[in-house]
Amino acid sequence: MTRLLATRGLQAFYGDAQALFGIDFELAKGELVAIIGSNGAGKSTFLKCLTGLVRAPRTAIEFKGEAIGGIPAGEIVRRGLALVPEGRRLFPSLSVEENLLMGGLTQRPGPWNLQRLYALFPILAEKRQLPATSLSGGQQQMVALGRALMSNPEVLLCDELSLGLAPIVIREIYAAMPAITGEGMTVVIVEQDVTMAQRVSQRIYCLQEGRVSLQGRSDAFTREQISQAYFGL
Amino acid sequence: MGNDIAMTNPAFDVARGNRASHTALAIGAALVLLAASLPWWGESSWMREFVEIACYFIFAMMWNLLAGYGGMVSIGQQAFFGFGGYVMLMLGNFAGVNPFVAIPLGAFAAALVAVPVSFVAFRLSGGYFAIGTWVIAEVFRLSFANVSAVGGGSGTTLTALRGIEKATRESVTYWMALACVVAAIALVYLFLRSKRGLALLAIRDNEVAAESQGVPVQRMKLAVYVVAAFGAGLAGALYFVGNLRISPDAAFSVNWSAFAIFMVVIGGIGRIEGPLVGALIFWALNKFLSDYGTWYLLGLGLLAIVVTLFFKQGLWGYAQQRWGWSLFPTQRKLVRPDA
Amino acid sequence: MIETLVQGLLLGGLYTLFALGQSLMFGVMRLTNTAQGDFIILAAFAAIGGIALTGGAPGLVALAVLPLAFGFGYALQRYVLNGTLGKDPLPSLVVTFGLSIVIQNLLLEVFSADPRAIEIGGLATQGVEVGDALSLGVLPLVVLAVAVAATAALQWLFAHTALGRSFRAVSDDREIAELMGLDARKVYALATAIAFVLIAIAGVLQGMRTTVSPSDGPLLLLFAFEAVIIGGMGSFWGTLAGAMILGLTQQIGFRLDPGWGIWFGHIVFLAVLVLRPQGLFPKTKG
Repeated sequence: MTRLLATRGLQAFYGDAQALFGIDFELAKGELVAIIGSNGAGKSTFLKCLTGLVRAPRTAIEFKGEAIGGIPAGEIVRRGLALVPEGRRLFPSLSVEENLLMGGLTQRPGPWNLQRLYALFPILAEKRQLPATSLSGGQQQMVALGRALMSNPEVLLCDELSLGLAPIVIREIYAAMPAITGEGMTVVIVEQDVTMAQRVSQRIYCLQEGRVSLQGRSDAFTREQISQAYFGL
Repeated sequence: MGNDIAMTNPAFDVARGNRASHTALAIGAALVLLAASLPWWGESSWMREFVEIACYFIFAMMWNLLAGYGGMVSIGQQAFFGFGGYVMLMLGNFAGVNPFVAIPLGAFAAALVAVPVSFVAFRLSGGYFAIGTWVIAEVFRLSFANVSAVGGGSGTTLTALRGIEKATRESVTYWMALACVVAAIALVYLFLRSKRGLALLAIRDNEVAAESQGVPVQRMKLAVYVVAAFGAGLAGALYFVGNLRISPDAAFSVNWSAFAIFMVVIGGIGRIEGPLVGALIFWALNKFLSDYGTWYLLGLGLLAIVVTLFFKQGLWGYAQQRWGWSLFPTQRKLVRPDA
Repeated sequence: MIETLVQGLLLGGLYTLFALGQSLMFGVMRLTNTAQGDFIILAAFAAIGGIALTGGAPGLVALAVLPLAFGFGYALQRYVLNGTLGKDPLPSLVVTFGLSIVIQNLLLEVFSADPRAIEIGGLATQGVEVGDALSLGVLPLVVLAVAVAATAALQWLFAHTALGRSFRAVSDDREIAELMGLDARKVYALATAIAFVLIAIAGVLQGMRTTVSPSDGPLLLLFAFEAVIIGGMGSFWGTLAGAMILGLTQQIGFRLDPGWGIWFGHIVFLAVLVLRPQGLFPKTKG
């Protein structure tokens, strides 16, 4: 497998508090990998390290063969790593379309543009001039996803797409995944919804209190095993 | 409260003082006694200078309480400074009150007027709160400038002290200043060491978190604002007893806040020693460089900028971090008894 | 009465120019520039000095000040003020306060305390007859026109350009904006650069309409600030409206008693603060 993204012994701190205690992670091109774990396990922190929002040692993270730990977030996006942040974090002062345009700031070449996104999520086309935060939760998630896609990344990191959304809406969002991965996009999803995570991904990691407690093929584990890894039993 | 941990776990003790601070306290007491004897062996110009420095220092100390501990940065404290001065003068000239007695009365008046003022000022926060307080001080200034009974725009003199012999007046003013300084330091120090002081630090660090822990944030902020106003009024009343003449421009000048900011920032905000160190540095600079007028002020401005950008803790704070100096310990450290 | 109202609106135009830069800087990076007024005066003196040095036409020298102001504002933000940004309002307050002192004293040293003006000959007093009872000054009308144009330009910049999007994004959520590839430090610097062009325009016009002296700054700051608060934060048209209201109340106050003009403006400001703290025309954020 061609290793696109990897971390080795990644540690992370918030001030004096340690959040990650040495994460080893691997991602091959074209994969959809899921990361699960309870609240506070370090999942979001992990993604933030990858995208440069949390400091990490230079060599702890490798992307396309280069060490990128600690590089500023803007530069990492330019290299092809994009984040759909936890809680969406859309810009309230910007409309739907303006939020999407912000995502395209780096002007990386690729298949994703406004038309493509509006084709994928037609409701956004309808509401393109409205303030982004006036949309429903599910629609906002589509905007956040679209915003990240606009930078035409090679690796898309999704932090809790299902957060606060009704099951039917979650399904609708994940229904868009094949269109995304179909273009050859490599995706990492962080998910609270374990069933969904297992269903859509090929491999799965479970984090528990800042450490990897389980990893392997998504279909290889029973509910029992996942529970145990989840709660550290 | 502080000793609960020590009681449940005898392996730890809660230490507040250290040897350096106990020595400092003893030296401080000795200095105060020495200073009190000044009228008998010192020159009258020294006493007048001391009164002026005392006013700067008290004002700065109260500004530090408000900004460094209360988290409210104000450039309008001169409103209370001037108000205290004018109330003292009015009580002295029109109500026949002894001006020295009128000093604390002026302070109380300033504290009282701070309550309705806070109702307006607290609508704003951050940088805009600062400017808002300045506007309020301007309203005070313009209002008093239009009252002819106290001399309008050109001000008036404190006639109530006319009958007293000069030497006596100067000595009493000096002792009054000394008493005010000691009282101000004691007030702030004890306040900060108390439970309320800890609550204040909690609010400063994270208002929302403090509120969720049951700290009555709005009441505490009002309390600090009123105490700071009291102190500012005290300094103002004292200043104009020493000066004998008051005018709206002198009483409500924004320079008071400017000086307070410089003293505190240079000395180190949020530390009790900060205003003291800053006041001394300020006085020294004033003494030797104020002849250079504009260049001196320009230099002060640059100094404040440089210290803010590069010595975020102020010069005393820098020393505290680097070498652990501390004169007025309000921090509580957990220590092992054998340490 | 009409005369008072008209004078008030014209004054409001001037106050708009004082306030726009402040509104912009606070809007984009929550920075309170307490030296706002002093920079306006500095710009006026820069023009005065430029005219004295080069003997050039006032209009041309004034125009030359604008790009200088742009560069100065950019550098100031990039290398000095960016270091003061953050949750704590104190550092930016102290640094801009310090700058205020430095500017005032520098100007005192170079120009002395005498009031100066940018001489534009007859234009300063020329009037335009409206009906038979009213005469409007040409310069105040120009000021008003420039103020409205500047407000419209800023509004357009924010709503319809990529730069404006960057400003809004970075003020909404700096971290995520940086995730999009923006360099917040440079965006902030551009915002201040534009604010300083507005400051320069205000300063030059102020120097043309009246005399300026080194210590005039602080009062201008208070007017700018009051205009922003009365109008409500978040919108440039709001700032213009606030400036108009301030100008009107001051003129009405002056009419009632010359000593109470500015005081009256302060009182109205405080009243708005108590009764409607969000200002009269705030833009609500999502």
